[in-house]
Amino acid sequence: MSNPAETPRTLVVERVFPHPPEKLWRALTESPLLAQWMMNNDFEPTIGRKFQFRTDPKPNWNGVVDCEVLTVDPIQRLSYNWGIGGSEAGLQWVVEWTLTPAEGGTHVRMEQSGFSPEQRGNYYGANYGWQKMFDALDRVIGEVD
Amino acid sequence: MTLTHANHVFRALADPTRRAIFEELTRQGEQTVHGLTRYAGVSQPAVSKHLTVLKRAKLVRHRREGRETHYRAQPDALAPMVDWLDHYGAFWRDRFDRLEALLERMD
Repeated sequence: MSNPAETPRTLVVERVFPHPPEKLWRALTESPLLAQWMMNNDFEPTIGRKFQFRTDPKPNWNGVVDCEVLTVDPIQRLSYNWGIGGSEAGLQWVVEWTLTPAEGGTHVRMEQSGFSPEQRGNYYGANYGWQKMFDALDRVIGEVD
Repeated sequence: MTLTHANHVFRALADPTRRAIFEELTRQGEQTVHGLTRYAGVSQPAVSKHLTVLKRAKLVRHRREGRETHYRAQPDALAPMVDWLDHYGAFWRDRFDRLEALLERMD
């Protein structure tokens, strides 16, 4: 990627866990394990797999996240679409997990970007300060260790 | 926030030209379509179309003065985006904590 100052940013949460990447990968991709920390789901680590995360309904949201697996790069990278509110009127995101071996464990990076893959061409091509709107993020991320 | 409004805001700002127009209005204050056309480097009808999308998202407001229409940014309309950051920032922090707890339980 290019200079971070010029690269539009999205929501990124990172943490180093004192566990091997293989274990993280299981927690991210085995449906019963995933259910224990994310949400109930019918996930399978297969590209093109449509699945849902389900939780209790909230005001303005029925508690369902409609997803489709985009990338499965064992023990390294996993991404899926993240859609709420149906495909027409709803909001679409991409959630991407990246695992990197780190000293004493695994560096986990979660990036949630607000654009579908076909919009990414424009998105990354732009030099405009999208970043500015995400300044609030630094506050959010600052609280994460 | 309502989902529909949030969706308008995100869609409006997904386009780099619209983002540029919005930021230009934020930086320079009120401007006419002509002024924005000079800045944006696209045709005037294209700028007008972008302004319509920005208006629908309530990101810009306009007022007429004689034959000219003046546009100005409404940064308050970014609220859904800030809500989104707050919401998902807290959401993922919580999930990371739960993941950490799960990893401890796993053998």
